[in-house]
Amino acid sequence: MSDLLRLATAGSVDDGKSTLVGRLLYDTKSVLADQLDAVERASVDRGLSTPDLSLLVDGLRSEREQGITIDVAYRYFATPRRTFVLADTPGHVQYTRNTVTGASTAQLGVLLVDARKGVLEQTRRHAAVLALLGVPRLVLAVNKIDLVDYDEATFAVIAKEFTTHAAELGYAEGAVLAVPVSALLGDNVAMPSGKTPWYSGPTLLQHLETVPVAPDPEDVPFRLPVQYVIRPRTAEYPDYRGYAGQLTAGTVREGDEVVVVPSGRRSRVERIDTADGPLPAAASGRSITLVLADDLDISRGDVIASASHVPTATDELDATVCWLSEQPLRAGARVLVKHGTKTVQAMVTELGKRFEEQTLSSVDAPDALQLNEIGRVQLRTSEPLPVDDYSVNARTGSFIIIEPKDGDTLAAGLIGATLPVLGNAALST
Amino acid sequence: MTASTAPIATDKLTALEAEGIHIFREVAGEFDRPVILFSGGKDSTLLLHLAIKAFWPAPVPFPLLHVDTGHNFDEVIEFRDNLVEKHGLRLVVALVQEWIDDGRLAERPDGTRNPLQTTPLLDTINEHKFDAVFGGGRRDEERARAKERVFSLRNAFGQWEPRRQRPELWNLYNGRHRPGEHVRVFPLSNWTELDVWTYIEREGVELPSIYFAHQRDVFSRDGMWLTSGPWGGPRDGEEVFSKTVRYRTVGDGSCTGAVESDAADVRTVIAEVQASRLTERGATRADDRLSEAAMEDRKREGYF
Repeated sequence: MSDLLRLATAGSVDDGKSTLVGRLLYDTKSVLADQLDAVERASVDRGLSTPDLSLLVDGLRSEREQGITIDVAYRYFATPRRTFVLADTPGHVQYTRNTVTGASTAQLGVLLVDARKGVLEQTRRHAAVLALLGVPRLVLAVNKIDLVDYDEATFAVIAKEFTTHAAELGYAEGAVLAVPVSALLGDNVAMPSGKTPWYSGPTLLQHLETVPVAPDPEDVPFRLPVQYVIRPRTAEYPDYRGYAGQLTAGTVREGDEVVVVPSGRRSRVERIDTADGPLPAAASGRSITLVLADDLDISRGDVIASASHVPTATDELDATVCWLSEQPLRAGARVLVKHGTKTVQAMVTELGKRFEEQTLSSVDAPDALQLNEIGRVQLRTSEPLPVDDYSVNARTGSFIIIEPKDGDTLAAGLIGATLPVLGNAALST
Repeated sequence: MTASTAPIATDKLTALEAEGIHIFREVAGEFDRPVILFSGGKDSTLLLHLAIKAFWPAPVPFPLLHVDTGHNFDEVIEFRDNLVEKHGLRLVVALVQEWIDDGRLAERPDGTRNPLQTTPLLDTINEHKFDAVFGGGRRDEERARAKERVFSLRNAFGQWEPRRQRPELWNLYNGRHRPGEHVRVFPLSNWTELDVWTYIEREGVELPSIYFAHQRDVFSRDGMWLTSGPWGGPRDGEEVFSKTVRYRTVGDGSCTGAVESDAADVRTVIAEVQASRLTERGATRADDRLSEAAMEDRKREGYF
């Protein structure tokens, strides 16, 4: 079992998400005494009778002053079984921007609802964004269950509504779990609650500890976007030339035939180097240095790939973008695209669709994409890129759009027709 | 787990290492003049260890920068100089004392020089036109750090603007910046204190001796065990004790406290960290106790 789980949390305003995260940290003893002292002092300053665990999480001055979470925060906690990296994404301000950021690296999403309010429009939208980004599993934490007197029927209605919605987004039944919790009192967060005898499932933490994490597929052809060419030119290594990068797909083995994209030149893997010595093979996620049998002209931005399966490079990208900038996107815009280790110039040739966040319906041929909107676009790039469909491989199927003048990140891009996942129901036209 | 012939990066430390190496190589590929902030502490020593692994067998293609408060532990400076020589590195030292001598900075009434490091740091970044500055900051250290990106843009005044951070998606780091701006880069963002120590054990990384239990004359101030040095000694009424102590962090001697400990090697330190009920900063750093937002305020000004 993997010893690391990356998860993202999302919820609406006042659902108690920071309190839930604070509770997870507190109950896993990830909060140390001095941090707790600080929270207790600050809680007293604010006239509260019990420590406000959300203060553990809301780190910026303006967040504490306003009592809201503004920016994605990363939290770390561990149990004997697993270590967790939690991206805590705020629900109200710029929520698409934050949710997309948190979800881009998450293996599981925890959505929060208030048991008194049930599934809200925003819950559906968060779930849709998590589905779009391909987060494989969802948990619905039905919070403040104490405020509905631990009522089973209330929970059942909310759980049913959410799992139905998740199924429409393409989630199988086993990939979604609803848990009745009270973040404030700790029910079913790390400890089973005595007040929900009707709930037989795991606590939130038990589930996080045991949920299977899908490994990277191994039977796919390997890809190595070249980050840097290592040429020591020292007395010891006068002629060494190695291509450094992190494998984004598949497994590379010594002796493998390779092809370089875009040049199309071929060679063979002579050695897979690391500072700890050569490896016979390396899998997706490893940072390695490839030494090839032939002297080829290879530089940063090229991709070394398995010759048995030559990637197709294209300069016409058909993509879904999450627009993260206040400056709207219009057809004709000239931007930069960073894919893997390559940054190229690009032009947005067409805005195909816009998905309305409020109604989750779509509009054809919109004039523009505004901040936090999601749409389908066509891009033409100045050089061909070896892309995959995002649904096949998130690492080779993702890119970012950059503003050429000030360098700001404008959008998250996903290659291909990933929206049918959403289009099935929620985002149907 | 299914059987596989390939060494898969599933264990946490290997995954963190791969991520850190990837970050170093992205910077080498995208920036003109990177530099590694190096204090001789465990986090910056670990940074250097990752940099060496990222570019092996070539030498590390960046210099080191030490903002030297003059309030150092001798063991740490000796360690720093040995490491620089062993790996054939270039070291730039910015002496806070020089800024005080020529009047660009004034000594604080409390004698602490940690907050004084920001000006020499920014001046040196400007002077050398460094465009990427590696730091050993970790998101688990402090609440404001938890919100910081791996690639964190600083404006032309070196300031962090938390509300204007760029979204950071997948592992596609955006290093674009305008002239005069620079990017702080944190390859250890996703490491915890325990990860750092277990990795140090796994890799056999050498550290300054003050991280391990030793006998030292100390006095108590503000609930911390301080030691005498160039920053001064006990004041009237502060009694000196000889104790077995070690340091959890290395910083300005005037505000970095020792903890009582018998942990004399990495393994016993790990056991101690696992059992600790205090964060490393809370235990030993007076500079973080100033206010609820002490770190955020210093970061906004351009601190590490």
